[in-house]
Amino acid sequence: MKYIAILLTSLLAGVLFPGILPVPLCAQDNPEALALLKKVDNNLSSGSRIFESSMTIHGRRSDRTLTSKSWSRGEDSALTEYLAPASEAGTKMLKLGDNLWIYTPAADRTIQISGHMLRQSVMGSDLSYEDFMDDRKLTEMYRAGAPVEDTLRGTRVLVVELTAKVNDVAYPRQKMWVDAEKFVPLQREMYARSGQLLKKIELYDVQRVQGRWFPTRMVYKDMLKTGGGTEFRIESIVFDADIPDYLLSKAGLR
Amino acid sequence: MKKFIFKGILRDKGRSLLPVIVVSLGALLTVFLYSWVTGVLGDSIEMSSNFEGGDVKIMTKAYAAEFNQFPNDLALLDVEELLKELETVFPEINWAPRIRFGALADFPDSLGETRGQGPVAGWAMDLLSENTREPERFNLPAAIIRGKVPQKRGEVLLSEDLAARFGASPGDAFTLFGTTMEGGFSFVNFVIAGTVRFGTTGLDRGAVLMDLEDARSAFAMEDAAGEILGFLPEIHYDDRRAHETVVRFNDHFGQFAEISGDDADFSPTMLTLSQQEGMAQILVYSQAISAMLIFLFVAAMAIVLWNAGLLGGLRRYTEFGVRIALGESKGHIYRSLIWEALMIGALGSVLGTAVGVALVFIFSARGFDFSSFMQNATILIPGVVRPAITPVIYYIGFIPGVFSMVLGNMLAGTGIYKRETSRLFNELDV
Repeated sequence: MKYIAILLTSLLAGVLFPGILPVPLCAQDNPEALALLKKVDNNLSSGSRIFESSMTIHGRRSDRTLTSKSWSRGEDSALTEYLAPASEAGTKMLKLGDNLWIYTPAADRTIQISGHMLRQSVMGSDLSYEDFMDDRKLTEMYRAGAPVEDTLRGTRVLVVELTAKVNDVAYPRQKMWVDAEKFVPLQREMYARSGQLLKKIELYDVQRVQGRWFPTRMVYKDMLKTGGGTEFRIESIVFDADIPDYLLSKAGLR
Repeated sequence: MKKFIFKGILRDKGRSLLPVIVVSLGALLTVFLYSWVTGVLGDSIEMSSNFEGGDVKIMTKAYAAEFNQFPNDLALLDVEELLKELETVFPEINWAPRIRFGALADFPDSLGETRGQGPVAGWAMDLLSENTREPERFNLPAAIIRGKVPQKRGEVLLSEDLAARFGASPGDAFTLFGTTMEGGFSFVNFVIAGTVRFGTTGLDRGAVLMDLEDARSAFAMEDAAGEILGFLPEIHYDDRRAHETVVRFNDHFGQFAEISGDDADFSPTMLTLSQQEGMAQILVYSQAISAMLIFLFVAAMAIVLWNAGLLGGLRRYTEFGVRIALGESKGHIYRSLIWEALMIGALGSVLGTAVGVALVFIFSARGFDFSSFMQNATILIPGVVRPAITPVIYYIGFIPGVFSMVLGNMLAGTGIYKRETSRLFNELDV
């Protein structure tokens, strides 16, 4: 009876005051995993960047390639302008905070995208607007379990499982295969809270750019869609570049 | 004997006229009610056909597998050539290419930025060609609340609730944000020609109707269509004819696809209305309701006419007594009674069926216009209802008319065998 009372009191305290429970009942970052994630963030995140890219969408019937140029500063500001094909040229997407606007020269309108629309596919690709917008560091969004050694495509990797520690993430769980030497993800799997696999990303062609390792080719696959996936290729990238303020504002859209 | 009985029926109108009238009325009401119930339920299926599935629908196999997502990247291509082929093989069927889509309607403020936006379900059909029947299928212009049917390219109809929510009126412009067939962005400005009411909450919350060519231009679907609907010449859906059409289609176009080497996923496939998701259950349900209503009415009419036959027989007990006294056998009297009932039932059923069928034809051509009783006609609830013309109307009146009459007389006639001459003389005060 006394033992049951202690157990019930502990559980009740855990519900009311989550922080007071002992470690086994409340998950925390594994120190080794946390260090690994910080190294990954150091490679992938920057104060600002300007890059040119191409995105090849493998549809059921045909393939399409779009080229674009992007400017981003921190986690909250990013502009992408589509350069080709002609039907898309001049279309711009601007992210400021949690808001996304699209300018289209065809209609000469600036349209705001919000809410559930952010989960829609961009240009028919396997990426959603949410995928484009979410640029936060992994250490800010996820807590990680202990890394496990493995091999992927002939490269020694550390496999780490991530669980979201904030509510506003697109993927509550992720699994990441990180190059054990370069600390760059080579494969990522994104899961729903239920455990269903939603997206898979394979990263290739890791290159040294301005002192950091960066994957320049990524293949996205929406696991809920049929089709060949989307190949995203970085043609050129500059980190910590100087970006004029007007570019990352609504005035710069037109 | 039969000739004698028939002459008696024709000459003794005092005795035969009333039973014939009663049977005629019963048969007429049975024919008309059957036609009416079948027509009303048939009209609800016809509405589904007009709006959604056609009597038959052609899509690519890949599109059919995901049809409720409107996957226009899997649409039919070279539609003009396909339509020419269809019109040659099936000249009796009216073919209507359509594009279904989901998009965002964005309403601008004075600076051209987003003032409000809402998702819309879209239908693109031939609204502008001279002989198109698509406006009629969507109950246009009766369902229009404000404005008018689009008169030219660039004009669309919006659901009234959506327009009212964003303060949009006929003449205002908005931007439709959708996806091209290849998956790219599609932003096109349209002018609201008018607003419509569909009659269901989901669609009234957000829907747009536009001309097919506008959708083809907006979604880069030149010479393409998500689906081609086929409408059989019968007023109401005929499942048997629809299935025959599918068999002929598969025979013809199945060979065509093999010869041309098309990817099997993108070769056209045809489905009947009853084969489309959700429709089979609706068809079975409506047929069951129809059968139950008709059964109940026919049973009630049969009881009425059986009763008429019974009373007719009972009324003639004195006559039977006299005939027995005169030496006629009971069996002969009974048989003559049955023959009389048969002839009166047949005569009344023929007359009642003839008048009933004539009324059905007249009202089927004109229809009953209920629109004046409804505050607003909607797309999904047309104001005109018609009785159905089917082969059954030519014989259903005979079920209560002949069988019930005969059964009633057969039951009443069993009293003949209990008749005693002594009781007869007592009744006649002899």
